Amino acid sequence: MKVKLKVRRTDPEHGAAGYSQYAIDMPESSTLLDALIQVREYEDGTLALRCSCRSAICGSCSMRVDRRARLACRAKIITVTGGDEEHEILVEPMTNMPVIKDLIVDQELFFSKIRQVDPYLQPLGPVPEREYRVPNEAMIDLTHTMNCIMCGACVSDCTVLEVDKNFIAPAALAKAYRFAADPRDGHTHERLEKLSEYSGIWDCTRCNMCVEVCPKGVAPMNRILQLREMAMEAGIQNNAGARHTNIFTKSIIDGGRLNEVWMLPGSVGMFNVPRLLVEAPGALRMLRVGKLPLAQAIPPGAPGSHKMQGMDRVRNVVKKAALLKPKRAEVTD
Amino acid sequence: MAVYEHDVLVVGGGLAGMRAAIAAQQLGADVAMVSKVHPVRSHSNAAQGGINGPGVGEDGGPWEEHAYETTKASDYLGDQDAITILAQEGGREVLQAEHWGVVFSRKPDGHLAVRRFGGMGKARTFFVGAITGQAILHVLYEQLMHPARFQAMRMYEEWFVTSLIVVDGQCRGCVALNIRTGELHAITAKATIICTGGLGRVYEPSTNALICTGDGIAQAYRAGAPIMDMEMVQIHPTSLKGSGVLITEGARGEGAYLLNKDGERFMTKYAPNMMELASRDVVTRAEQTEIDEGRGVDGCVFLDLRHLGEQLIKERLEEIYEIARDLVNVDLTKELLPILPGVHYIMGGIKTDIDGLTPLPGLYSAGEAACVSVHGANRVGANSLLDTLVFGRRAAEHAVPWLRDQKFARVPDSVVEDDRRMIRGILDRSQNGDRVAKIRRDMGTSMSANVGIFRSPDKLNQQVQNLTELRARYDAVGIDDKGCVFNTDLLFHIELGCMLDCAEMITRSAIERTESRGAHTRLDYPERNDAEWLKHIVLTRQQDGSEKMSYLPVTITEWQPQERKY
Repeated sequence: MKVKLKVRRTDPEHGAAGYSQYAIDMPESSTLLDALIQVREYEDGTLALRCSCRSAICGSCSMRVDRRARLACRAKIITVTGGDEEHEILVEPMTNMPVIKDLIVDQELFFSKIRQVDPYLQPLGPVPEREYRVPNEAMIDLTHTMNCIMCGACVSDCTVLEVDKNFIAPAALAKAYRFAADPRDGHTHERLEKLSEYSGIWDCTRCNMCVEVCPKGVAPMNRILQLREMAMEAGIQNNAGARHTNIFTKSIIDGGRLNEVWMLPGSVGMFNVPRLLVEAPGALRMLRVGKLPLAQAIPPGAPGSHKMQGMDRVRNVVKKAALLKPKRAEVTD
Repeated sequence: MAVYEHDVLVVGGGLAGMRAAIAAQQLGADVAMVSKVHPVRSHSNAAQGGINGPGVGEDGGPWEEHAYETTKASDYLGDQDAITILAQEGGREVLQAEHWGVVFSRKPDGHLAVRRFGGMGKARTFFVGAITGQAILHVLYEQLMHPARFQAMRMYEEWFVTSLIVVDGQCRGCVALNIRTGELHAITAKATIICTGGLGRVYEPSTNALICTGDGIAQAYRAGAPIMDMEMVQIHPTSLKGSGVLITEGARGEGAYLLNKDGERFMTKYAPNMMELASRDVVTRAEQTEIDEGRGVDGCVFLDLRHLGEQLIKERLEEIYEIARDLVNVDLTKELLPILPGVHYIMGGIKTDIDGLTPLPGLYSAGEAACVSVHGANRVGANSLLDTLVFGRRAAEHAVPWLRDQKFARVPDSVVEDDRRMIRGILDRSQNGDRVAKIRRDMGTSMSANVGIFRSPDKLNQQVQNLTELRARYDAVGIDDKGCVFNTDLLFHIELGCMLDCAEMITRSAIERTESRGAHTRLDYPERNDAEWLKHIVLTRQQDGSEKMSYLPVTITEWQPQERKY
């Protein structure tokens, strides 16, 4: 099988950057990593990339393949090209992290964010003589998160991190879930409080990119959503994210649709004048184009507020959704 | 040139290294770790199936049983004082890992679940799905990220050790290359603990990661530390065709069958009692015999998981379900998986005592790089993780009190100069048409062909000649990359030198041992010979560069050698 590669090159010693193109012959079953190793070993020894286990367990060979972060060892060439031998595979280093050389990036940003979430078990009380007794379901749930091999793919392609370097980002938040949801950990509340602050769980825009690029099924965004639920349940609601959720829910239960007039004050806080002033021009523009209907001027829940037709059915949906909440696991004696 | 000084220098960031680092730090030592990859990239990740936990509740079983089974599997070459320690202290390490946060699979009552592993009379292996090694490695790294530890410990991450420093007959640290800058530095230490893992890439194919190049073993050898049992190379019964990626023994532990091309469970002929869960060397020889006698398909036999059911496969063996799907397009719930034996583990290594100390003062070793010896001629599955934790900790616990009376030695600049000259030599060498990768591949395939499962004097001698030729090619080959920053081309060259040292040691020891024991099968000496060979082969490099071969008796305390049947 013919394989065409276009690889982003960075030579830090001469300040040069560009692309190298390679055309090689590979067996049908090859992965992109096999092809890159073939290039490095027999065509061009200056090509730098990290790789080790060849089986998606060490997390070394993450890179962008046709503009999407992937593990090279899990990228079957035939799948990437769709069998089209003329398809030139574009191989680039991960983004959101500085490039050291060719496909090698500095992952310090990645690990510094992991360290930010106090990533170690903090049990309360005396250590048991034997193991902690906990439900298997809880351990299996956490194992899905422990599946994370810290490859950095989710951090590379995170769309929030791209615009806000302070965002704790998907991998670290998934790691945080692993402790917050661990029945052996004794600091769940403190963890959730910290995670509810700026740059934490409420800053995710739910673009789903981390779920799509994660090669291990960790689905970081889903872990972030679970953390949000846990934080809400724990009563940690004095923040814009939680308030937004509350006014959203209240608006739906009350009127069946979003109350655009009250969403913003409800989210940032009714008395948060500076923030409301910042948003005022936007609100005026919405008003001008008819996106703040007069019918919604009465706040949700107040007498006379606007109601959609068929509210019973909406409320039933909300009730059923509430029943889906999972029960938290605990340590037994 | 900056000179760094530490009480304890741990070389290698896998499980043994991290366990040693944590223990040394708990004892108040100034600890540094140097590793050629970030610790979470270490090959401990790849241990899928589990960790034995003798003494943990009823399921872990009494330590005596575990010790006996380990001894028997070692074909009585394991030292029983060391095996006793492994069995007695192993349970504590498993519980410590659990208390640190390892998400071990549970039984319905919330206690730790166990699965059965090869060579064991009963289920006593604790596990985290099929990612046990990864789960423990990441939890140990979590512990290292604790601010108190993280700030106190110097991490030389992505630094490559080029040699050990020996001054006045004592190991004083190492010389290492900062991969990021290309600069060489001396990192001096009162105690150096080599935890660099195995050497599987000496063979092709191999289950091992590309980083498993035997650097630590080769460098200890060059520094004059004795290297023991190198002929004992474990060839795992189940690796994937082509890439050689590992398929966990946990699959058979959960009940998977081995079938030949006629659909026959051929282990009935070789190990009627333990069947697929006989010791690894036994299963591997059985598979190879089936393949050699024409009952395989394309050089493979089959692993059959279909009867285990989708739920069990996806819950307990998810990792290999994905590997089979992604790498060879096989759905384990419906199809047979073609597998073959693949080089997996080196039982031999740097000779240490039960405290990880080598005969070279100041130098310790633990994990796969070391030979305590608890694995003897054949390692039991799920004992490798246990070995790393128990002896990683013990090495640190011995080193720290010892080093309190030690002073830093003045290290001559020449140690760094020597390595700088070596590197300059590689960089300046002109291309001659040969390639490092070609030499490595020729070494790997010839090692597999000549020093593999079944060994004969003709092939072994042929390999001695091959290695001489490969060494000559190695000394002449140049590289493409002449730069300083992340010059992986250079690293592969240096690694190949280490691998050739290891290949030579394996071959020489395999020629010497004229009997069959555990993983070492000599076609010309098919029987075990306790009268002459119940002893370790030890290789030591003398100061003049020549090699001394010597023998050490096997320590027998409780279990007298018996015929080994499964």
